[in-house]
Amino acid sequence: MLEIFTDIPEGLVTVAYIAASILFILALGGLSHPETARRGNLYGIIGMLIALLAATLGVTDNFELLLVALIIGSSIGLWLAKKVQMTQMPELVAILHSLVGLAAVLVGFANSLNPNNYFSGIELTIHDIETYIGILIGAITFSGSVIAFGKLSGLISGNPLILPARHWLNLALLLVVIWYGRIFVLESASGGDALTPLIVMTVLSLLFGIHMVMAIGGADMPVVVSMLNSYSGWAAAATGFMLGNDLLIVTGALVGSSGAILSYIMCRAMNRQFLAVIAGGFGTSSGSSGGSSEDQGDVVPIDPSETSSLLSDAKEVMIIPGYGMAVAQAQHIVYEITKKLRESGINVRFGIHPVAGRMPGHMNVLLAEAKVPYDIVFEMDEITEDFPNVDVSIVIGANDIVNPSAQEEPDSPIAGMPVLEVWKGRVTIVLKRSMATGYAGVQNPLFFKENTKMLFGDAKESLDAVLKNL
Amino acid sequence: MRIGIPKEVYPGERRVASTPDIVKQLIKLGFEIFVEKEAGVAANFSDKSFEEAGAKILEKNNLFSDVDILLKIRAPFKSHDLDELSLMRSGQVLISFIWPAQNQKLLDSLSNIGVTALAMDSVPRISRAQKFDALSSMANIAGYRAVVEAAQHFGRFFTGQITAAGKIPPAKVLVIGAGVAGLSAIGAARSMGAIVRAFDTRLEVKEQVQSMDGEFLELDFKEDGSGAGGYAKTMSEEFIKAEMELFADQSKDVDIIITTALIPGKPAPKLITTDMVKTMKPGSVIVDLAAEQGGNCELTIPGEVSEKHEVTLIGYTDLPSRLATQSSQLYANNIKHLLTDMCPNNDGVLIVDLEDEVIRGSTVTHKSKILWPPPEVKLSSINETKKQTEEVKPKLVEKKSNPILSFMPFIIVGLGLFFLGRVAPPSFMEHLTVFVLSCFIGYMVVWNVTPALHTPLMSVTNAISSIIIIGALLQISSSGLIGLVAAITILLTSINITGGFAVTRRMLQMFQK
Repeated sequence: MLEIFTDIPEGLVTVAYIAASILFILALGGLSHPETARRGNLYGIIGMLIALLAATLGVTDNFELLLVALIIGSSIGLWLAKKVQMTQMPELVAILHSLVGLAAVLVGFANSLNPNNYFSGIELTIHDIETYIGILIGAITFSGSVIAFGKLSGLISGNPLILPARHWLNLALLLVVIWYGRIFVLESASGGDALTPLIVMTVLSLLFGIHMVMAIGGADMPVVVSMLNSYSGWAAAATGFMLGNDLLIVTGALVGSSGAILSYIMCRAMNRQFLAVIAGGFGTSSGSSGGSSEDQGDVVPIDPSETSSLLSDAKEVMIIPGYGMAVAQAQHIVYEITKKLRESGINVRFGIHPVAGRMPGHMNVLLAEAKVPYDIVFEMDEITEDFPNVDVSIVIGANDIVNPSAQEEPDSPIAGMPVLEVWKGRVTIVLKRSMATGYAGVQNPLFFKENTKMLFGDAKESLDAVLKNL
Repeated sequence: MRIGIPKEVYPGERRVASTPDIVKQLIKLGFEIFVEKEAGVAANFSDKSFEEAGAKILEKNNLFSDVDILLKIRAPFKSHDLDELSLMRSGQVLISFIWPAQNQKLLDSLSNIGVTALAMDSVPRISRAQKFDALSSMANIAGYRAVVEAAQHFGRFFTGQITAAGKIPPAKVLVIGAGVAGLSAIGAARSMGAIVRAFDTRLEVKEQVQSMDGEFLELDFKEDGSGAGGYAKTMSEEFIKAEMELFADQSKDVDIIITTALIPGKPAPKLITTDMVKTMKPGSVIVDLAAEQGGNCELTIPGEVSEKHEVTLIGYTDLPSRLATQSSQLYANNIKHLLTDMCPNNDGVLIVDLEDEVIRGSTVTHKSKILWPPPEVKLSSINETKKQTEEVKPKLVEKKSNPILSFMPFIIVGLGLFFLGRVAPPSFMEHLTVFVLSCFIGYMVVWNVTPALHTPLMSVTNAISSIIIIGALLQISSSGLIGLVAAITILLTSINITGGFAVTRRMLQMFQK
């Protein structure tokens, strides 16, 4: 099928692809620092344009269709990017992943329908396997991402759906898929009906994707989103193998390993095994949260004006945002408070736990949206030593990531998870709606510590009142 | 119910049991508040401010007869012209310091009258009751004031300085007993620039002393003095001997000694002997916070400042009262928390729930019965929890998987590649090479991405993974179904390409220094 490129020298196309690959790598490399990231993004866009141009030069027919599709798609994309709120980024990313997955399925089917394929022998077998795997990953990515989107946007309940004997179900699905793969390869080689096994496998993969994400709880969403990110990459890479196109393979591998690393970082931040997360249900396998939750003592409430005076008397303030800040849309008011405190010479910093929010780096983006300068926003590892010197820590809508039982109670479901040790500071103020537990369903002894004060109510309203009193 | 706040009659007492701020909050709980004329004047709270907060001002006699609940600082006191006890009546609730162990007679009278008395000094020391713990809040103030008093009588700087006129060495302060008062004294003395050493029989406070920037003195002797309820217990004879040697050594060196050593229900241990005082430098100061319980220094005269052997001995027993405004505020807050707890329905009705271990512990007389001492409260001390965590630590280590299992994936992948290499055609192997190398490039590049930019990373990888559009571009020239499917794919992926890049751009522009 490389004959399509008869009009232009094939070498030129390859050069264009090499250029695009390099530009993509530079685009990812640029993200090592916010300063260089903007340029990196530009490299990415240029790379994509070059690749598109080179591929379009090979198109011989259906130009109108191509143009219409491109224009409609691009306008939808631009419109989405413009309209989306920063709190909805996880949803957007999830739905975009699903499009990559769907594209991989469609390309795979179109390719297997293509009568111009002329492989034979082992090459045909390998090509068939590539097609099969490409569609398989694409379908899982597609349905999984759609479910993830539903869960993130609240259309589907965030609770894990645990079917009975689900591991056996998954295993059975896997065996059936392999069996149909064998049928597909055999049929394809003998020139028989290869489409049926392909369709059956696609349906099964879609079901598998749905089942996999349905079984994962809300708190594990960062892992799921980055895992689907990874899958979308592998789907592109598999398609690249199928088409014999190195640019797709390179890009797919880049994206796939990027998502895999993100998943790994997220799992490490929760002290969870990747497989355990995929197997589903936070806290479902571990026992009860231990006996120490009986008499925790009382919490000490605090009102906004006291909070303000504590803040203005402090020298070192640490703000720990969580998903609750995103829900309450409190990031702008947080910045106003930060600005005011910084103007009066108080050192305000932000401490971000890797799994705060619904996807990796979610909090950073929200704070950036509120114009918080990125040089006062720190990762957990950067500031964890500093807590003993902190006068006031403010925890906004976060729970499990500041839970001392991760360190103190070995039988807690979140035991061993790295947490921000706010209790080592002088005073901690926790903003919370109520005393409800976090996603892990674990009571948080932090709230009962003597140097912890609770500021109950909607985070935005409370912080508004705090700002007024400053 | 009606709450009365009388003026304290104990000589020299300046504090008052509630403040206008707290009065407002108590009114919100449903109580009616009556304040004796000039009750808060000595603590700088005027009658007017109480009235503005919603309280009514009464004369003493009316106040005692009218109200249901009396909030006081000192236990009922009898002076030459006034006996507070005689003004009280059956069914009244009294909340104040009572010191039941030392005041058996008072308990008898209270129960005879039929007063329900809650002793703020008997609140159990458990974490839930911390906010009622008036002893701690008063001790904190006493510790601070002790340093201020010491500074007043000490004829030198606390902080060291090097000036053109010569060098001033810093003062050396020894704090004995690192409880709430001791720690507060350590903090105050440190912030004035003195060198602070502290000693305590309870080894668990070492960290707390160090956190206040004090130096913790240790004996070369293994015995921990932690008793029930976070207090110290009496130590063995050998220990006391070693301890006294340490104090004797230290008193030759330090300028100021602040003693806060108390053992509950017993007279204060004598830690600073006359001989030690004699060895101290002239002009040194001893502040004895245990003066009321007999003093930690043999020469202390409770309630007075005296000079013996050229050393000033401060034995004030009213240190919190010397910071009357603040100690009133803290005390009033403690009482407010207690009342909030005892008035769960916010309807101004006080419930004395003897099932509640905090209330049971505090209540010394109720319905003409003496309820003191209370049954023992179970305490979970820091030590026990520490032991638990230590025990479990080894288990966590065991969880590490064995090395053979962790190599399994490599072995499987290696074997897989071997078989693949035997059967696959060269073109496939070329692509595989590209694939594997790209994975490694991706691995290297992505680990360098700053975690702050993980969301942009996901959106940009999303955009570039839409390179799959090339597949569709290769297919679109075909006619019929394939062309149509390819067109749909192009539409989908172009959403992704523009959307991904545009949203990344939008996010990155927000990241500003």
